[in-house]
Amino acid sequence: MLNQYPLWKYLSLLITLVIGCIYALPNLYGEDPAVQVSGRTKSIDQDGLLSIEKTLRDRNIEFKSSELIEGRALVRFKDEETQLQAADLLNASLDKNHLVALNLAPATPDWLRELNAQPMYLGLDLRGGVHFLMEVDMHAAVKRLEESLLADIRTHLREEKIRYRGASLDDTGLHIRFRDANEIEKAVDSLKEQFRELLFNVNEDQMQIDATLTEAAIAEEKKSALHQNIITLRNRVNELGVAEPVIQQQGDSRIVVQLPGIQDTVGAKKILGATATLEFRLTEGTRSEWLDAEKTGRVPLKALLYHERDGQPVLLQRDVIVTGDQIVDAASTIDSQKGVPAVSVRLNGKGAKKMGEVTRENVGHPMAVVFIENKVESRQVGDEIVKKRITSKEVINVATIREQFSSKFQITGLESQEARDLALLLRAGSLRAPVEIIEERTIGPSLGKDNINQGFLSVVIGFALVLLFMAVYYRAFGMIANVALTVNLVLIIAILSLLQATLTMPGIAGIVLTVGMAVDANVLIFERIREEIRNGNSPQASIHAGYEKAFSTITDANVTTLLAAIVLFSLGTGPVKGFAVTLSIGILTSMFTAIVGTRAIVNLLYGSRNIKKLSI
Amino acid sequence: MGKRKIALVFSLTLVIASLISIAADGLNFGIDFTGGYLIEVGYERDIEITPIRKALTENGYEDAQVQHFGTARDILVRIAPREDTNKASMSDDIFRILKANTDQTVTMRRVEFVGPQVGEELREQGGLALLVALGGILVYISFRFQFKSAVGAILALIHDVIITVGVFAITQMEFDLTVLAALLAVIGYSLNDTVVVLDRIRESFRALRKTIPHEILNLSINQTLSRTLMTSMTTLLVLFALFLLGGEVIHGFAFALIVGIFVGTYSSIYVASSTLMLMDIKKQDFLEATREDVVDDRP
Repeated sequence: MLNQYPLWKYLSLLITLVIGCIYALPNLYGEDPAVQVSGRTKSIDQDGLLSIEKTLRDRNIEFKSSELIEGRALVRFKDEETQLQAADLLNASLDKNHLVALNLAPATPDWLRELNAQPMYLGLDLRGGVHFLMEVDMHAAVKRLEESLLADIRTHLREEKIRYRGASLDDTGLHIRFRDANEIEKAVDSLKEQFRELLFNVNEDQMQIDATLTEAAIAEEKKSALHQNIITLRNRVNELGVAEPVIQQQGDSRIVVQLPGIQDTVGAKKILGATATLEFRLTEGTRSEWLDAEKTGRVPLKALLYHERDGQPVLLQRDVIVTGDQIVDAASTIDSQKGVPAVSVRLNGKGAKKMGEVTRENVGHPMAVVFIENKVESRQVGDEIVKKRITSKEVINVATIREQFSSKFQITGLESQEARDLALLLRAGSLRAPVEIIEERTIGPSLGKDNINQGFLSVVIGFALVLLFMAVYYRAFGMIANVALTVNLVLIIAILSLLQATLTMPGIAGIVLTVGMAVDANVLIFERIREEIRNGNSPQASIHAGYEKAFSTITDANVTTLLAAIVLFSLGTGPVKGFAVTLSIGILTSMFTAIVGTRAIVNLLYGSRNIKKLSI
Repeated sequence: MGKRKIALVFSLTLVIASLISIAADGLNFGIDFTGGYLIEVGYERDIEITPIRKALTENGYEDAQVQHFGTARDILVRIAPREDTNKASMSDDIFRILKANTDQTVTMRRVEFVGPQVGEELREQGGLALLVALGGILVYISFRFQFKSAVGAILALIHDVIITVGVFAITQMEFDLTVLAALLAVIGYSLNDTVVVLDRIRESFRALRKTIPHEILNLSINQTLSRTLMTSMTTLLVLFALFLLGGEVIHGFAFALIVGIFVGTYSSIYVASSTLMLMDIKKQDFLEATREDVVDDRP
């Protein structure tokens, strides 16, 4: 009896091996320190790239190569020192429509990149960086929608000349109170027509209309709040100058933000979570009335009581002139007259028109700038998790209007760091609803490096020990198993690179574990072959029977492990998922190499000749 | 097999000791499950813990746990979830205190913060993962083997999980997400071993004329013994490499797997087959099964 594979089987194995090697190859090349330049509004073109190159050449900063990738310029350097120099230079010389970020670019050769071969994607625990899980305060988002609807209802009733006593908002919804029943009837019809997102209910005993948001409107608001927040966070991350950030939705109220390689995590947290924005309002009454209102607590109907930074009370009109949403551009500067930090802002068309009208009509009247910040924090009280919401509203500046404002003007009253942060926040857009960081995992660059080195070392040492052990114990067949094990490792790396699945430290542990367990299939087969030989069968028959009989056992044994891995994958998070991925891939590739791979080698070596004795 | 009674007593003792320790000492859950803060910093030279603890206490962190992590140059600070702190600045604050307290350069190595709601979810998910894995395996085993073998395999599995968790309770090593992952891998691995032995027992019952169950079990175990030991050997080799060289972060993970594989190897040799003997396994059990599984027994 002879053991032979048809030619196509050998060929397909060979092709698999070659493909595996090609896609595992990019991992052997390291990474280049690089600087990535992108445009704030439009992408970088060939001319932009040339001018970046020229800037670097003029200052004698050497770079390895430069290229355009998806509208971004990527310049590679030979070491980190030059990279930092170049980043500083570019930051200073390019205008503020450019974003400069430090990056590590894979040094994969061009021919491999053409094949779309890339190195494995390293998780944050291996390359260092920050992982945030943020929860969007949906309650606040819905509240905000109700508030704006309430304002719209007021305007609508006024425009329609329907008289009402008052309108308010509480936890049960919106309430509009009336004096007589006729008006209620008129109002309900008109409101129903105009506000489709609300359900109106007439409460005749109390002479009022109650309104609540429809389920659809709430769902829509939550969806758009999440979406808007993701866009804002992405803008802010870009402003921070992070290359390759990940900003993703998780579930229906959470956002994952991953910033590889960032050092200043405290600053990042502050910027990401900030909800700071501005409002412009006219003041109401005189200074003595403000003090009165503070003392007595009685605030005129059309005014609201605010405080300045030094605690002085200010009465401001209920009507907002312009909000931060209408600011399209902002930059921190120094006020040329007073020499204090300032933020220069530019309004969109609608905002500029309103601001122009109000300031023209109110020359000589003081106007206030209100700085608003929302925060939300969860804490555990007993068994319950309580959310605490804090909104701080401060008047940072009260100044008399001297002339009509154009779309561009300056605000003072902030410290310089505050002015810089506020300008960034206004530029990036505001968060639709406050976010809270509910999970943070930061890995410093030194720990990331240690993790890679230690992980690599344990894979190598573990691998070498197993190779040695197999060679000693099973001799020639052990060497065959070793070839299979090596191919297995190459295939795992190739598949991980191809899938661009995130490799984490537990993921490396998964690879190590697979290396240990991968030989199991071969051990089962070889033990079976030994047994068959002991039972007096010929070598060829023993080989055949060994593979045949071990097959179902190997399948059974691996399916159970695969089951555990799949459960881990579907229920695990972050690093644990990484373990499940490498373990699953490892189980599949090891079954392939241990059964098909070794069989091919055995067939090639022993299959076609008459042998008396096996080295096993 | 002759040592069956001794093995039975040994297993029961270990299981009971584990259960008592889990109940009495509890597990030392990591912040993945409890929520809280963890800050790891590195110093240039060896550093003493006492002054650090003192500095933290003076600055309002009386509840901070300080310990060396891996080397005498690395410090790990753990803080339970707090009621009233600005979360964003907390790690920064602690880092500043540690920096002010020494003339060495201090580098931030790791910060982990798990909010109370996330901790709760991870706890639930973890428990669920264990149950789903056990359930899925139970279903698979009952498809592939007849009832008595399935009971044997599951008992061996529960035995391994309890003892591995028990070792964590006794040593009070930290039980975090990676350890849970390792536990699931142990479940897969231990079953792997047991399945191989059961497979052989089934085959022997069908193929051999001998009908004394005792002898067949003995024979099957001996036939698979070298394979069981070989595979455990290679797996343990790589795990020791991981345990010794993989760094502190992966320590608990590697440790759980090492314990699990020791226990799993032992249980696949002794526990599963002892259960079969206790349930009075016979040739008939398998013959009947053959007729039933004619179709799905082929791989």
